[in-house]
Amino acid sequence: MDLQRKLEILADAAKYDASCASSGAARKDSRGSRGVGSTGGVGICHSYAPDGRCISLLKILLTNACLYDCHYCINRRSSNVQRARFTPDEVVQLTLDFYKRNYIEGLFLSSGIVQSADHTMEQVIEVARKLREEHHFRGYIHLKTIPEASPALIERAGRFADRISLNIELPTQTGLTRLAPEKNLARTQEAMGHIRGKIEERLADKRKPDAPKPPPFATGQSTQMLVGADESTDADILQRADALYTGYRLRRVYYSGFSPIPEPSKVLPIKPPPLVREHRLYQGRLAAALLRFQVSEIVTPDAPHLDLALDPKLSWALRNRAQFPADINRAPREALLRVPGLGVRNVDRILAARRHCRLRLGDLLRLRVPMKKVLPFIITADHTPARLDLDGDTLRQRFLPPLQQMELSLDGPPPSAADNASVRTGEL
Amino acid sequence: MHTAHIKPTLESWREEARTLLARGVPPDAVLWCQAGDEPSLFQAESFPSPAVDSPAPRVPAAFMDLARTLAAHADERRWGLLYRLLWRITHGGERALLSVPTDADVRLVEQWRKSVSREIHKMHAFVRFRLTGRDEATGREQFVAWFEPEHRIVRLAAPFFERRFAGMDWSILTPEECAHWDGERLHFTPGVPRSAAPSEDALEKLWRTYFKSIFNPARLKVKMMQQEMPKKYWKNLPEAPLIPELIAESGDRVRNMLATEELEVKPAPQNAYLESLRRKDNPEL
Ligand code: SF4
Repeated sequence: MDLQRKLEILADAAKYDASCASSGAARKDSRGSRGVGSTGGVGICHSYAPDGRCISLLKILLTNACLYDCHYCINRRSSNVQRARFTPDEVVQLTLDFYKRNYIEGLFLSSGIVQSADHTMEQVIEVARKLREEHHFRGYIHLKTIPEASPALIERAGRFADRISLNIELPTQTGLTRLAPEKNLARTQEAMGHIRGKIEERLADKRKPDAPKPPPFATGQSTQMLVGADESTDADILQRADALYTGYRLRRVYYSGFSPIPEPSKVLPIKPPPLVREHRLYQGRLAAALLRFQVSEIVTPDAPHLDLALDPKLSWALRNRAQFPADINRAPREALLRVPGLGVRNVDRILAARRHCRLRLGDLLRLRVPMKKVLPFIITADHTPARLDLDGDTLRQRFLPPLQQMELSLDGPPPSAADNASVRTGEL
Repeated sequence: MHTAHIKPTLESWREEARTLLARGVPPDAVLWCQAGDEPSLFQAESFPSPAVDSPAPRVPAAFMDLARTLAAHADERRWGLLYRLLWRITHGGERALLSVPTDADVRLVEQWRKSVSREIHKMHAFVRFRLTGRDEATGREQFVAWFEPEHRIVRLAAPFFERRFAGMDWSILTPEECAHWDGERLHFTPGVPRSAAPSEDALEKLWRTYFKSIFNPARLKVKMMQQEMPKKYWKNLPEAPLIPELIAESGDRVRNMLATEELEVKPAPQNAYLESLRRKDNPEL
């Protein structure tokens, strides 16, 4: 099989993995070496596919042959997809060739599981080793590891990689048992704990005064959770993510909407990807991380799913109207962060500006605050919302998107230009 | 009215601005005039330029930072805007001006700064090198890229490429100014026409294959793509010509998937590793 065909198969096999980050690596570059590569700045997206996803890494599988039978995955052993396999040298060459042309930030290498977890890990690590040791490559390397691989191998992967990841796949063991029978939540978490230990150990070594510089080790780990394949609620997902962030210090939990694949499984009939839901989950996570919301404020036992029509912060505000209006000139930072329409940056700008003058609507307009959204929730020197406005039933109506935008059906009429695109994007 | 003739560089503006400030000329009495855009004017100059002897007015460090970025902006009004800010800070009693984000001048300057930074970032992202050969003496591979930045950012963007591509020789050609790296020295030459750059690279076929295969037709989000990769960059991206057909085919591809008959589950093969997993999951087996 020629290289072109292999690339076609093994990139196609990797595209369902949502992670693309190339930021957060230790600072290193190629000056004074014969090689190429630098990391440590903000990640760069070198291109975008029409699915709106950033292309920053050469994201491929070493092989798409796999012993496992994860029913959401095109590479599972029950699928009839054509199988291919790169040699480590082919991946090394492809990475360098792409990198030198400035197409990519580095390599994201993963693999179907062949023979055993350890055998597979060894192959994957060999690619990274060659890049680093034989070609002096200082670009970004992200290696997907396998929870069942021996801890020594996972450690070795971490020595060559900037980031390692283990996919949690689903928030509950029940889901895994049905859809990814070979995978196990406890084993995955155990491996994550081990990686966290190693990352922190290295950080501690680095901080020791006078100690020799410790060998490099990945600076972060991430994971991915599949959304919409099983019955898990948004509360299940957000709570699992929260536990992973705090328990294992993950850099990032990616939500990947279960996407139609060629070769669907009887166990898991395919459906259109839940793009809006995925989007709301990220917003929910952001609200927790940046705006100091508790997961239990965003999703409750009565309403374990996020409102698909409104962003989580706005729907929280509508449920907690008694906390508004907030006075732009007096409210503390935490209260301003909870005002729908105000992001962290604008809140900080408001705090800076109000030291110099009392803010009016015109000032907010200059900060490009979405006025329609904030008006019912704020007081400024020249504005107080009508009580009625904040209490009335019409407030929610006012924020709802036009109905047809909410349809996410994929089997309608053939795509008719832009409007159809916007229906599917879920960009509300 | 005072007409200030300057070269389009920060140093030239700074020198002039100091003189004007020292003479107490208010911003609305100055007409800033950029000398002809011949790159030869600033090509010979080192960057940053030697200090000037007139006593420097004290300005916050943040202002100089801002000025450095803003000087690269394509809009000629940037010199006047910078001088007005400088005046307000030094003569208008508004030393904290830059921390008043609601001020109209600050707002504008902030927008322009962002636009320059964004363009630098996009240059880092969208430059595409093409292999032109190998240096016979050193054995180093040689690459050349063509890029058309919106602002005068070649010098601001170049250090990134030096750090990243130290082990190869490269040139980035643009209509205004070109940057070159030979393993020892980063240097700049006047702009060139597009025809001076190579028009292809054999690897681009593989890159396009990758672009095509990594796209998921079931998640079409054209607006999002264009927000991050506006069409103005497409003409210099070897993968961009594929975009229209990928969009056009996506509907059919998804419908085909949805219409595919679901596959039965195949039995697990004989494999010692799988066997060991099963024993771990069910210790009683
Ligand atoms: S382990 Fe599961 S998800 Fe990974 S390639 Fe194999 S079948 Fe796909």
